[in-house]
Amino acid sequence: MTSTSAVDVDRSKRGRHQRERVKIKSDHPNAKKQKYDKAESRWAFLFISPFYVIFLIFGLAPIIFSVAVSFFNWNPLEEQQTFIGLQNFKDLVIDPIFWISVRNTFSIWFFSTIPQMFMAIGIASILRSPKLRGRVFWQTMLLLPNITSAIAIAVVFGQMFGRDFGIINILLSHINRGPVDWIENTLPSHIAIATMITWRWVGYNSLIFLASMNAISKDLYESADLDGASRFQQFRYVTLPQLKNTITFMVIVGTIGGLQVFAEPATLGGSYDGGTSNQFSTLTLYLFKQVAVNGTYGYAAAIGIGITVLVVIISAINFFITRRISGEGSK
Amino acid sequence: MTATPVEAKKRRRKGKYFRGLSPLSYGILLFIAFASFFPFYWMFVVASNGQDVIARVPPAIKPGHNFINEYHAVLEVVPFGRTMLNTVVIALIIAFAQVFFSAMAGFAFAKLSFPGRKFLVVFVVATMMLPSQLGLVPLFMMMDKFNWIDNFKALIVPAIVTAFGVFWMRQVIDAQVPNELLEAAKIDGAGVMRMFRSIIVPVILPSAFVLGLFSFLATWNDYLWPLLILNSPEHYTVQVALTQLNTQAYGIDYNIVMAGSFMATAPLVLLFVFVGRRLVAGVMDGAVKG
Repeated sequence: MTSTSAVDVDRSKRGRHQRERVKIKSDHPNAKKQKYDKAESRWAFLFISPFYVIFLIFGLAPIIFSVAVSFFNWNPLEEQQTFIGLQNFKDLVIDPIFWISVRNTFSIWFFSTIPQMFMAIGIASILRSPKLRGRVFWQTMLLLPNITSAIAIAVVFGQMFGRDFGIINILLSHINRGPVDWIENTLPSHIAIATMITWRWVGYNSLIFLASMNAISKDLYESADLDGASRFQQFRYVTLPQLKNTITFMVIVGTIGGLQVFAEPATLGGSYDGGTSNQFSTLTLYLFKQVAVNGTYGYAAAIGIGITVLVVIISAINFFITRRISGEGSK
Repeated sequence: MTATPVEAKKRRRKGKYFRGLSPLSYGILLFIAFASFFPFYWMFVVASNGQDVIARVPPAIKPGHNFINEYHAVLEVVPFGRTMLNTVVIALIIAFAQVFFSAMAGFAFAKLSFPGRKFLVVFVVATMMLPSQLGLVPLFMMMDKFNWIDNFKALIVPAIVTAFGVFWMRQVIDAQVPNELLEAAKIDGAGVMRMFRSIIVPVILPSAFVLGLFSFLATWNDYLWPLLILNSPEHYTVQVALTQLNTQAYGIDYNIVMAGSFMATAPLVLLFVFVGRRLVAGVMDGAVKG
């Protein structure tokens, strides 16, 4: 008897969902060919135009122009700029500091994105429990790091990671480790920077995961329960597949953010070199140095294009990986 | 296992997945809350203790009495009050402009029908994928041509409307404003402008406030572009001043740098005490679900 009523509930729910979907479709103005209201369209274009105007002038035009600049030996102090063809790109592919920066950027990206993802999913799993007390307090504390400036945070973390008097090395000495030179050594410096990024973003990402976990239908868990799935199995086969889009979104955002890491290495080193042997120079830091210190605009533009090529490659890889994983998970 | 069938059924209905929370869970949350707050506390500890107290093993872990001195030391290096004022003015202008333009565009994308709508929405989202470094150099040269170097216009004008804001507002208006309401208004002869003013604006005001806050915080914390644009100390924003403090005093005096960081951060933490809850709700509303 219970099983039939469960099916009934299920069916009626499904019916409602379907109806809703149909309704949404018919509401959708592009669902069927229709005549557009002329006055309404005119207002709509007026409303959306500020974004496109600003984007064309300050977003798109500079991007197109940057391709042109990258073919010049562009010096802001000279009147006439010399066209040098692909020379900037030829220099770029044999520039060791560029490749060190690529390596550093990826290393920092890895250490800041991957552990953070696991932490954020874990924290969100705790926060979603209906029995949690003080929910608002925990959520608010989680978001607190996110509102602060990366520079202020890099300053305080830089001090905490200090070799001689930093609190982290002092704590490590209590368990007979260290002292680690968190700034001079390559890998420790990447971990120090990744820690700052993780500290700043893990709470924010937990909230994003929490929101998408809350959106998962409770029915799925109920039926998994009926099938005798363990808590871990429910997490693996119900929660995780449903978080697929959120994870993809986060990896993309994390990659774009990861390629823009600038304040932390700039503050940690106190210059735009990224440490005495460029051990934590990042791509954006290197680009910034070309503009602000060296004044080699053409070369800076070439680095910008290099970064974009990397973004495209990573996005493509990410797209294919998540497609494969999701294809596996949903079947 | 030994439970009677009735009990077993009861337990099953509740579901294994949402069992009570273990002390470990609270322990983790407590640790995270502590870790979230500690750097702010530490800033003040370093800023308020003298150099000798900091460079000591073990270091001081309680605030000292030296903050006022460090505060004056910061003011000698950078005109902090002025930079604070600059930042607030710039951030407020951008926040209001962003909310206004994003709400209009979001309304059009969510509720109005016009040719090419779908494509134009996708276009907005796609622009978010572009790495901002790509156009940095020419944008800087452009500002040079406009004579906007060392001018607030260079910070404000490109930021008055962003893809993030437009998309966020589209999501909000789509979710919060029922179509029936707009249909009814239309039948009553309300024009697009009237609908925006009398229906959209009142409904989305709380969300608009959250977007304004996000925008305000983003501008307050922005550093790369202001660092490139602003040259004279009286035009600095807080973050640029902080960078200057760090490069000038780096390795010499952590106390001053930390005092500056604390001064740059304290207003935001104070603001957060009042609006934190709404920001949390805003982050979760804007999340990609499913």
